Amino acid sequence: MTQTPTDELLRKILGETRVIVCVGVSMNSVRPSYFVARYLHLRGYRIIPVNPAYAGDEFFGRPIYDSLDSVPGNVEVDMLDIFRRPEHIPEIAATAMNRFSSSLRTIWMQVGITHGEVAKTAESKGLQVIQNRCPKIEHQRLFGELRKMGFNTGIISSKL
Amino acid sequence: MDLTATYGFDTLQVHAGAQPDPTTGARQTPVFQNTAYVFKDADHAAALFNLQEVGYIYSRLTNPTVAVLQERVSTLEAGIGGIACSSGHAAQIMALFPLMSPGDDIVVSTRLYGGTVTQFSNTIRRFGWRATFVDFEDLASVRNAVGDRTKAIFTESVCNPGGYVTDIPVISEIADSAGIPLIVDNTSATPYLCRPIEQGATLIVHSTTKYLSGNGTCMGGLIVDSGRFDWSASDKFPSLSQPEPAYHGLKFHETFGELAYVLHGHAVGLRDLGACQAPMNAFITLLGIETLSLRMQKHVANAVTIAEWLEKDPRIEAVTYAGLASSPYAERARRLYPKGAGALFTFAVKGGYDTCIRLVDSLRIFSHVANLGDTRSLVIHSASTTHRQLTPEQQEAAGAAPNVVRLSIGIEDADDLIADLDQALTRAVAKT
Repeated sequence: MTQTPTDELLRKILGETRVIVCVGVSMNSVRPSYFVARYLHLRGYRIIPVNPAYAGDEFFGRPIYDSLDSVPGNVEVDMLDIFRRPEHIPEIAATAMNRFSSSLRTIWMQVGITHGEVAKTAESKGLQVIQNRCPKIEHQRLFGELRKMGFNTGIISSKL
Repeated sequence: MDLTATYGFDTLQVHAGAQPDPTTGARQTPVFQNTAYVFKDADHAAALFNLQEVGYIYSRLTNPTVAVLQERVSTLEAGIGGIACSSGHAAQIMALFPLMSPGDDIVVSTRLYGGTVTQFSNTIRRFGWRATFVDFEDLASVRNAVGDRTKAIFTESVCNPGGYVTDIPVISEIADSAGIPLIVDNTSATPYLCRPIEQGATLIVHSTTKYLSGNGTCMGGLIVDSGRFDWSASDKFPSLSQPEPAYHGLKFHETFGELAYVLHGHAVGLRDLGACQAPMNAFITLLGIETLSLRMQKHVANAVTIAEWLEKDPRIEAVTYAGLASSPYAERARRLYPKGAGALFTFAVKGGYDTCIRLVDSLRIFSHVANLGDTRSLVIHSASTTHRQLTPEQQEAAGAAPNVVRLSIGIEDADDLIADLDQALTRAVAKT
């Protein structure tokens, strides 16, 4: 996915995803990545944080892992959400595609992060790839929350 | 965020931001005449106060009716989001507030609405801010006026009242190369005639009191952000790029990215300056916006007809309207404002101050008021009213010399408006 994702694709991904592994997420409560993980947890997604700096700590009662390899192999991860710099993307993506090959459907790179080669490889394996976006902001935009603060959501609907 | 919706302007002016009320099914946006909102639990309250979630807390920050207006206008302006304020003047202060510290300055056009000139030349000095007034036709002067402490360039799109239209793309290049935002007051043009963000502006301010509400009913202002400016590219904008003490050291731009300016406008600006818009005013303004394009077409058509008639009249010295072929800005207006150069212009009467006073007093349909953008045609003698606080030099620069009268052309029959001007001119000139 090198083009702007459509709202239809974003809705599909946010609708079908249940388990998100967040690589590089901070547990500092004023860091942007913590905002994202916390928000997605409160919206009902199961968040699996990966960050060696916080390995052994808990996030809403669930363990934080030091690497993707430490995440139990029986967890059905739907989505990889990457909060690391572009140079780390190939290794993280390859590990996740290998380790969660039966369940992984989406690779998501946060705002400011893109990696054309990884995106191409993942898409050729049938995965959905979103780059340079934030799942929290897209969820807030598509499901009405940003509307409350006067943001342009692009949503026109005559339905309840 | 790149929005994939491709609806036309007329559809968006009716629908953007609004949806049937989820509780009642009410199709028209309800007036939420309400101050406070119940939290689901203590965690929900904490998340809202920490800005971890977006939601209603207190109507000073955001309100369901006001939120629809914010989304409607920001959608029409092709922006990312909006901040509604109590008036256009409040919107100007609120727009500058996240950008400015004491000792900072802005570079502004000499051809601004008189009230803005007064706000920028006097009142903002009390905050330690300063404005440098420059002729925006002299691009070298604009460039030279931008210094180390300059935090924005400010202009109007279609200027009130001088018959001047700003070359927004050229000015926005100067702002871009200086690493500062261009703020455009788009009140007189409305997003129907001009969308400054598409021409390079970063921020838009509106007095919604004018064409957006349209009927001269209620006060309101609005700021729209393009969402495109990199507030962290320099150390010029610490309110957005540096830790905010009132939110546990959160950095707005780092945390919220392109949403930062609009969230700051609510969570810090409206919270602490308090210049929020009343829900009833937002509701009335939304009703007005539903017909914005239809009204603007008639406003502009009438303005062209009347300006052309005045220009041929021997009692008139000059008409300054960028919609006239004779205007020095006609080519620019056709290029940048192809649907029309607004419906606001001035004309100079042969005679002087007293002739203008008699003219204004003799009109029967045009109302003598300090307003513009009403369905009714309005007239004002700027030199004796709105621009009275200015020096003669400032009046001249603003297009408000003593023999100049400003018209805001309404949507009545053009023939009736011409007949009214004709009889009033006859009376005004007869007594000289």
